[in-house]
Amino acid sequence: MRFTTKSMLMALAGSTMLAGAAQAELSGDLKIFLDTSNPAPRATMEKMISDFGALHPDLNIETTVIDREAYKTQIRNFLTADAPDVATWYAANRMTPYVSAGLFEDISDLWAEPEIAENLASTKGAMTIDGKQWGVPYTYYQWGIYYRKDIYEELGLSEPASFEEMKSNCQAIIDSGRACYTIGSKFLWTAGGWFDYLNMRTNGFDFHMALAAGEVKWTDDRVRATFANWRELIDMGAFLENHQNYSWQEALPFMVNGEAAAYLMGNFAVAPLREAGLTDDQLDFYQFPAINPDVELAEDAPTDTFHIPSGAKNKEAAREFLRYVVSADVQTEINNGANLGQLPVNASASVDDDKFLNEGFEMLSSNSPGGVAQFFDRDFPAEMAAEAMQGLQEFMVFPDNLDDILNRLDKVAERVYAN
Amino acid sequence: MSTVDPTVTSSRKDRGWYKRNEIAVTPWLFLAPAILFFVFYVIWPIYQSIAISFYAWDGLGEARFIGFDNYVELMDDRAFEVSLWNNLKWLLFYLLAIPGGLFIALFLNQTVTGIRIYKSLFFFPFVLSQVVVGLVFSWFYLPNEGLLNGILGLVGLGPVNVLGDPTWATYGIIAAGLWPQTAYCMILYLTGLNAVDPEQIEAGRLDGAKGWKMLWYIIIPQLKPATFIAFVVTIIGALRSFDLISIMTNGGPFGQTRVLSFYMFEKALAEFGFRMGYGAAIAVVLFLIMLVFIAYFLWSMWKEEKGR
Repeated sequence: MRFTTKSMLMALAGSTMLAGAAQAELSGDLKIFLDTSNPAPRATMEKMISDFGALHPDLNIETTVIDREAYKTQIRNFLTADAPDVATWYAANRMTPYVSAGLFEDISDLWAEPEIAENLASTKGAMTIDGKQWGVPYTYYQWGIYYRKDIYEELGLSEPASFEEMKSNCQAIIDSGRACYTIGSKFLWTAGGWFDYLNMRTNGFDFHMALAAGEVKWTDDRVRATFANWRELIDMGAFLENHQNYSWQEALPFMVNGEAAAYLMGNFAVAPLREAGLTDDQLDFYQFPAINPDVELAEDAPTDTFHIPSGAKNKEAAREFLRYVVSADVQTEINNGANLGQLPVNASASVDDDKFLNEGFEMLSSNSPGGVAQFFDRDFPAEMAAEAMQGLQEFMVFPDNLDDILNRLDKVAERVYAN
Repeated sequence: MSTVDPTVTSSRKDRGWYKRNEIAVTPWLFLAPAILFFVFYVIWPIYQSIAISFYAWDGLGEARFIGFDNYVELMDDRAFEVSLWNNLKWLLFYLLAIPGGLFIALFLNQTVTGIRIYKSLFFFPFVLSQVVVGLVFSWFYLPNEGLLNGILGLVGLGPVNVLGDPTWATYGIIAAGLWPQTAYCMILYLTGLNAVDPEQIEAGRLDGAKGWKMLWYIIIPQLKPATFIAFVVTIIGALRSFDLISIMTNGGPFGQTRVLSFYMFEKALAEFGFRMGYGAAIAVVLFLIMLVFIAYFLWSMWKEEKGR
């Protein structure tokens, strides 16, 4: 009896060793936290993770999907208390609080691998803080002006190439009884998008980043020039009235119903606009036109990312997962029109054949020489962004309050950048 | 003579420590769970909040002691000032729920067919979640399609954007909050009216009291316990106002509808809030305001007990 038990144990040990040798070395648990709670991204992620699991059968993968908005406040709890092995987040300054608190793992070693170094070079800057990389991107998308082509054609307008043209187009649209731009500023960040573009077109990408880094005062004359341009649009009635009441989704119907002609938005607006019944003949896209011809065009292209918390227990498997996510094939697959419908971060991946993705990819790769920004609330430090976006909304409703707003922002900036 | 009965002493000794101290210990045993929870979930967090309010801390890294700096900054913070005023508006106008509830209760305190249905209908808003109330009212206030502007249009008044206008938004939210709160006060008064002594009414009537005088001198004094409870729940409700603001305006337009609790949440816990110390300082101020009311409530309850 004793003998047989022993031999059975031996046999068992032998078989597991064999299995271990045959498979990739990954085993144990891999805990993944996702903020992709909308139905389509959620399905995409779950499919991708199960594909990854199929490659590593010994790995026990546990996926938790958290509501996208709730995730933003929960992340600090789970990173400090019970860290997963992989977690989603956003690039650039949005990482800073977690990087400086030592909660994200330094993964510069991954970025040193040729596979990633060569193919992901374009987003390296957005993932870098203090010369180290703290995560990998998995998708990004362009911003720009989505407009109703049929309304433009009806009024005999074409895509503007300059600010003058943008304003004259707008005047024609207003005269036809419509608003030029729909916007819902209840949750503030949409106003940040307008400021990003107006400031990058008026003063350029480098100036915009200097402002984000606190090197320029808000009361600077160059910032005032940006607001003066914005004010021209506000005073002519370019923006939807009562925008402070609406979320960005609630501002969509105005465009669908033809009460507004265009929307400065990220590419994620295309899906709901299509669902609401706009065809590709009615809906089109153009790059935000140049304002100051002396500055190079720069774009907003927010990047969503994966990180390894420093408290992760299975960092080896987590690194393998990150390698898998950014690989060319996976990037092509998850960003195609049937899945995320956004742009792949891997240069060797291919962009899905979609009108807006193609235009966006073209714009970002060849017509954004100034640089690529993340977005107002990702480039500016969290607290500065919160105060500033509130000021931007106030400016859009009461442009006369500008001096007061700028002085207030300077005061906040003094404290935020002092630390 | 000198022999002491050995059985008595030994039986005394046999009784355990608990048996000997039963009368003194038992009440504390029963109180223990409550005291434990109160200390753990009320006293300790209050102490922690006060302690954190002296630090600069982002909730993740190292906390740095800065003394009263957070409070000094509060003095000079216009958003804090706005929140404080809004809290005051809430306290003041939310109290309208008490007379409102009283009059609906008086109106419903009659016996006609189906009165229970009417009572339930009036009570209905209190059952609704605050989130639903907030949503319904924000649709009611919508600048173009809203019912309010439809009604105003009928009498020839221009469209107003209640929630988008910094001067009106807070009042708009308070009005939404009054809807369920009035229903709550109504229920309190309805039960109170059941306890009104019919003999006193009879006596008052014989002395020629009717209408307002009857209400003021005979009915309302008898409703004092109901009024006290209505006052307590309304004050607490006003100071806790958070969900309606979050749903209807999210603190906006540009922060003009924030109250202290919402401002604290934004500064310390929300998406861009990383200032635990500053948030804690706001919480301490809110706590001090509440303390005034709590002290008053306790004092009047104590007076009541003593009076008996």
